[in-house]
Amino acid sequence: MNLESIKKFLLEDFFVTGDPFIYAADIMIGLTSILIIAVLTYFKKWKWLWNEWITSVDHKKIGIMYMIASLMMLIRAGIDALMMRTQLMLPSMNFLDSQQYNEIFTTHGVVMLLFMAMPFLFGLINVAMPLQIGARDVAFPYLNSLSFWLFFFGAMLFNLSFVIGGSPDAGWVNYPTLAGEKLSPGPSINYYLLSLQISGLGTLMSGINFIATIIKMRAPGMTLMRMPIFTWSTLITSIIIVFAFPVLTIALALLTIDRIFGSHFFTVAGEGLPMMYVNMFWLWGHPEVYILILPAFGIFSEIISTFARKGLFGYRAMVYSMIVISLLSFVVWVHHFFTMGNSPAVNSVFSISTMAIAVPTGVKIFNWLLTLYKGKIKMSAANLWALGFIPIFVIGGATGVMLASAPADYQYHNSYFLVSHFHYVLISGTVFSIFAGLHYWWPKMFGHTLNETLGKWGFWLFAIGFNLTFFPMYIVGLMGMTRRVNTYSADAGWTSLNFIETIGAYLMGIAFLIIVYNIYYSARHGRRDQTGDPWNGRTLEWSIPSPAPEYNFAHIPRVEGIDTYWLTKKDNRKEPSNHSTYKAIHMPNNSGQPFFMSLFFFIAGFGLVFEWIPIAITGTLGIGAVMIVRSFDEDKGYHIPAWKIKKTEMKQRGQNHEVNK
Amino acid sequence: MKSINDYPANIPPEYEEEEGQIKIFGFWIFLAAELVLFSCLFATYLVYLDRTASGPTGTEIFEYPGVIIQTFLLLTSSFTSSIGIFELRRKNKLRVLIWMGITLLLGISFLGMEIKEFATYIEEGVSISTSAFWSSFYILVGTHGAHVTFGIIWMSIVLIHFIRKGINPTTSRKLFVASLYWHFLDAVWIFVITGVYLIGGGINL
Repeated sequence: MNLESIKKFLLEDFFVTGDPFIYAADIMIGLTSILIIAVLTYFKKWKWLWNEWITSVDHKKIGIMYMIASLMMLIRAGIDALMMRTQLMLPSMNFLDSQQYNEIFTTHGVVMLLFMAMPFLFGLINVAMPLQIGARDVAFPYLNSLSFWLFFFGAMLFNLSFVIGGSPDAGWVNYPTLAGEKLSPGPSINYYLLSLQISGLGTLMSGINFIATIIKMRAPGMTLMRMPIFTWSTLITSIIIVFAFPVLTIALALLTIDRIFGSHFFTVAGEGLPMMYVNMFWLWGHPEVYILILPAFGIFSEIISTFARKGLFGYRAMVYSMIVISLLSFVVWVHHFFTMGNSPAVNSVFSISTMAIAVPTGVKIFNWLLTLYKGKIKMSAANLWALGFIPIFVIGGATGVMLASAPADYQYHNSYFLVSHFHYVLISGTVFSIFAGLHYWWPKMFGHTLNETLGKWGFWLFAIGFNLTFFPMYIVGLMGMTRRVNTYSADAGWTSLNFIETIGAYLMGIAFLIIVYNIYYSARHGRRDQTGDPWNGRTLEWSIPSPAPEYNFAHIPRVEGIDTYWLTKKDNRKEPSNHSTYKAIHMPNNSGQPFFMSLFFFIAGFGLVFEWIPIAITGTLGIGAVMIVRSFDEDKGYHIPAWKIKKTEMKQRGQNHEVNK
Repeated sequence: MKSINDYPANIPPEYEEEEGQIKIFGFWIFLAAELVLFSCLFATYLVYLDRTASGPTGTEIFEYPGVIIQTFLLLTSSFTSSIGIFELRRKNKLRVLIWMGITLLLGISFLGMEIKEFATYIEEGVSISTSAFWSSFYILVGTHGAHVTFGIIWMSIVLIHFIRKGINPTTSRKLFVASLYWHFLDAVWIFVITGVYLIGGGINL
């Protein structure tokens, strides 16, 4: 009897069965795992992986790990998107049934926003920000590693739902009462709640870490108003994170307690208010989109200024506009639910505050244009992404102002018009910035540039595919097609537009493959970056060799103005040769604790997903144990001796250095 | 940026090393996040004040004498931890231990009373699943209580460090940060007693 019941549980509740897609995924996951293990064992790389990467507290390596994980997530959520577009290509298709469709649009949204876009930006911040301010690492390297591993295990927990227990299917917003225990029993929604909770903790820690780094660890002479604009955007983003993420923590926690322990926060029985969740979700959710867009603005500002060979126009206006955007981001959340029964007075207030965001954003657009004006513009791949962003983002922003008008929103609400709007701003803003930043900072990470020709092909195919996919969505939305429908009839007259959208989506898929192939191609044939300054850059990260040595700066630089490295070059001073002596540099030790602590978070989360309280308690005790071990850890770090630094600097700077001496 | 050498001599031990300064600064940012976390719980509680689903209200259940004793225990513990930090700066190891020990004892008594209070309420038939009001009550006060529990464990561990190593920049910083956390919980409790027990109990101020 016992064996029978275990078998029944495994086949009916634990493993997802009876769906060819899932079986395919099972096989893929199995094969990939075997392949990874085999390759690592064959090349004897286990030790290398553990010592050099998993336990690393080096901000550059953590940044690279963020990006690798995010690329994987981009592939996963991208496949979701292509499956949706395939289903909608023609009317009355039977590629996905409605349940599968629900699951796929939910996971597409969650993975793209929280496990792809945000961590990818964190990766770029991790790599570039400490270098831009002349620091040797972030303020809390150990915490940085913990942030990464919490994100990673959160993402793994979320993806596990696909094959074990079932994917969440209540949309990325996960509103009760649909996401409540009555209408969605079982582990699927729990996966959403717990995985976001775990990775959200990591995000909060990153936010604290970045603020402390920027406030406390800038090189001498770098006043706040001399900081590179990307660093400014990181600072403001981090402040938003600190004030927004605890709201998500509470929203998710209360829904979890509702589902697992029978409280009545969001159930109508017991007089709970589902709208309370909706309010809290968007009180986090709207600042969240600015967490995604402000670093992107920073990346574009750096790139446009570098490739126009001009200082950023209106630096102060850029900083102040970001601050205004960050303040406004907290007072617009109701515009996500104008139609859910607010009074006209409330809707009017939020309508106006939403429209007001267009003002500081407009300031930024004009500043970018005026930076380009009379500049010596170089059309590199990174700059193409930045220049392509401007017109596309303006279209997205203008339709955003249309949506902000509450009465009109009754027409647009939940239509494809909205879907198109947020893809226009998030893809042209965040995704373009990710690819732009990848091309821009690649040499600083790996010591060679990405191939420009392939990069440009990637950009043009992606940009064309993007507009083909999403511009028709505005029209089809105005024609009445609503989001989250899994099919439509031929009579609706939406067929041709949907067909074009699907072609565009596949074009974006091909563009993505080219971008990934470029990584492989450039690793083998890429141009070595001998100078450390392949783009004639303006900020401090270009003053050190490529790839950046583990201690970053052999000598902490002195900062004399905005674009301090540009000033150095203009005065024809050769930074490194000013110093003849090297001193030993103190570095933090690697640690495996963040990995294990996050693993225990994963175990605790998994226990709660299936409501197996003993496993959840075991995981929690594990977390506590690692914290106590950490507390008693006497880790004084180590020193890189001066001769080693000298050797590295000589080798990496190569000929140039000898000549300057 | 000002380094520590730009300040006059006689700086407190917890700020002596640059690492200590940065960690204390980071902890202040963390407290800002905690503030938002508790704000959300308070907002939830205040929205749900009247949503008792025709079950018992706060006025009918709350036991004020216990709550007032709890308040005195926690506020006093905040005071004694301050004296502990004062003695830390005077480099008096024994007195630091005595005052921090008293702080811990007060904290443990507070926690014991809170557990007893919850047990009484549950005996009287109000639990987390009684109504939205009681859900928000238990989660708000319980979250504070969980923080106090964590604070007690944390401070005990820090004191073990302190006994073993004495006063140095690292142990001072650890103790100072733990006491910051303790003060924060004390400040939150002031809002709990007014927001939860006085307003929630229908007492007009």
